[in-house]
Amino acid sequence: MTTTTFAPGPLLATRTPDLAEHVRRTGPLPWQGPGGRLIGLLEQAGLTGRGGAGFPTWRKLAAVAIGVRPVVIGNGAEGEPASAKDRTLLSRSPHLVLDGLQLAAEAVGAADCYLYVSGTLTDHVRRAIAERAGRDRFAVTVVDAPDTFVAGEESAVIARIAGRKPLPTDKTQLVVHSGLRGRPTLVQNVETLAHIAVIAQRGPAAFRRSGTEAEPGSFLATLGGAIAAPGVYEAPHGIRVGNLLALAGGQAAPLSAVLVGGYHGAWLPIADALTTPMSRAGLAPFGATPGAGVVQALPTSYCGLAETARITGYLAGQSARQCGPCANGLPMMAQTLHRLAVGDRDRGLPDQVARLSALVVNRGACHHPDGTVRLVSSAMRVFAAEVDLHLAGRCSAVGGPR
Amino acid sequence: MKLHVDWTACEGRGTCVELLPEVLTEDPWGYPMPRDGSREPSVPPDVEPYARRAVEYCPRLALRLVPSAS
Repeated sequence: MTTTTFAPGPLLATRTPDLAEHVRRTGPLPWQGPGGRLIGLLEQAGLTGRGGAGFPTWRKLAAVAIGVRPVVIGNGAEGEPASAKDRTLLSRSPHLVLDGLQLAAEAVGAADCYLYVSGTLTDHVRRAIAERAGRDRFAVTVVDAPDTFVAGEESAVIARIAGRKPLPTDKTQLVVHSGLRGRPTLVQNVETLAHIAVIAQRGPAAFRRSGTEAEPGSFLATLGGAIAAPGVYEAPHGIRVGNLLALAGGQAAPLSAVLVGGYHGAWLPIADALTTPMSRAGLAPFGATPGAGVVQALPTSYCGLAETARITGYLAGQSARQCGPCANGLPMMAQTLHRLAVGDRDRGLPDQVARLSALVVNRGACHHPDGTVRLVSSAMRVFAAEVDLHLAGRCSAVGGPR
Repeated sequence: MKLHVDWTACEGRGTCVELLPEVLTEDPWGYPMPRDGSREPSVPPDVEPYARRAVEYCPRLALRLVPSAS
């Protein structure tokens, strides 16, 4: 990650990551007591998961709370190369995340509590936990997450903590019912935990003051590509993509498209992107979601097809190779896109991309093939004119890779 | 009922495709492909006995029948 700057907001407000600074800003840990009071606050707040799926947080907590000897896991794995918000949050405000973890553990009556973070952050997080003697009621075990794309997937997280390889497993039950060693398990993204802490502190009404009625609150965005100051910014849901990029100093070059939602996300043509709200509702017409808040600006000097081929190649390489359709199909998709990107004029290539997409979608233990298809399908739509140009032996990118 | 495939166990041996052509076809790599394109294809009541046999005979134990409601 290059320069990191911060917009004002509760998540990244601390000047230093130590406990004294955190306590100065937020006071004592706002314990909510047993009996689901926190769950009620989260329902009023309308908080949704910030790891990408956007599921209502209170419903997950409520499902886990009724189980026997529940497990709570804070998920800070961030294998997505375009995202930096979880490690930025853990670096800047570890105590906000740890407060949220404690409060979630209290709300569900957790018997065990884990924090799963990149190996580069385990020491930092352990130091923060050591500072909290007297503040915490639940012991937290720190487990290092490998920096692979799928290591943050819920079932892979549980596999890793159980001592197995961090790979997605087959799902016949929800982890809120049967997760770590068959116990009810709450896996919650670290940013979601930080929001839980803020909501417990300030109340649901304060949370709802930003964002939209349907999608309240703020989120951490990782802004990258051709913008003046790439980095992590806190912004309200529903902010127009153009205004989001303006937080990072705006465009550093003329843009042709914007990738929203990361490598499993979707492209938006620049003509629509800047006025589109960063919300599920706003992005739905483009087959996109805010995902984990990644926005990448593509300059006109880059070819969208080449960029998509590069990302697809990366995703193919990140297949856990457990599931046949993903292990076989993703490399073929990447290869086909690569041929299209470098100027192979075989007119059958677009159909081949569509055929391979239909072969891999819905066919895996996790959503890695589905996310890859989402990205590739959006590229074939948004860069349709570019596809025609390539098949005619040209490319619109000026001075970019061809 | 619906048919659930454990893709982490499936190695494309093809038994299920032979026993359950009403629901499954084969993809170019030999793995079962639900004809309806869904994640867990519906199994019509009249072919359920064959689906049970496919579950039983899968050499990788990668198949199971799950209730449609879930």
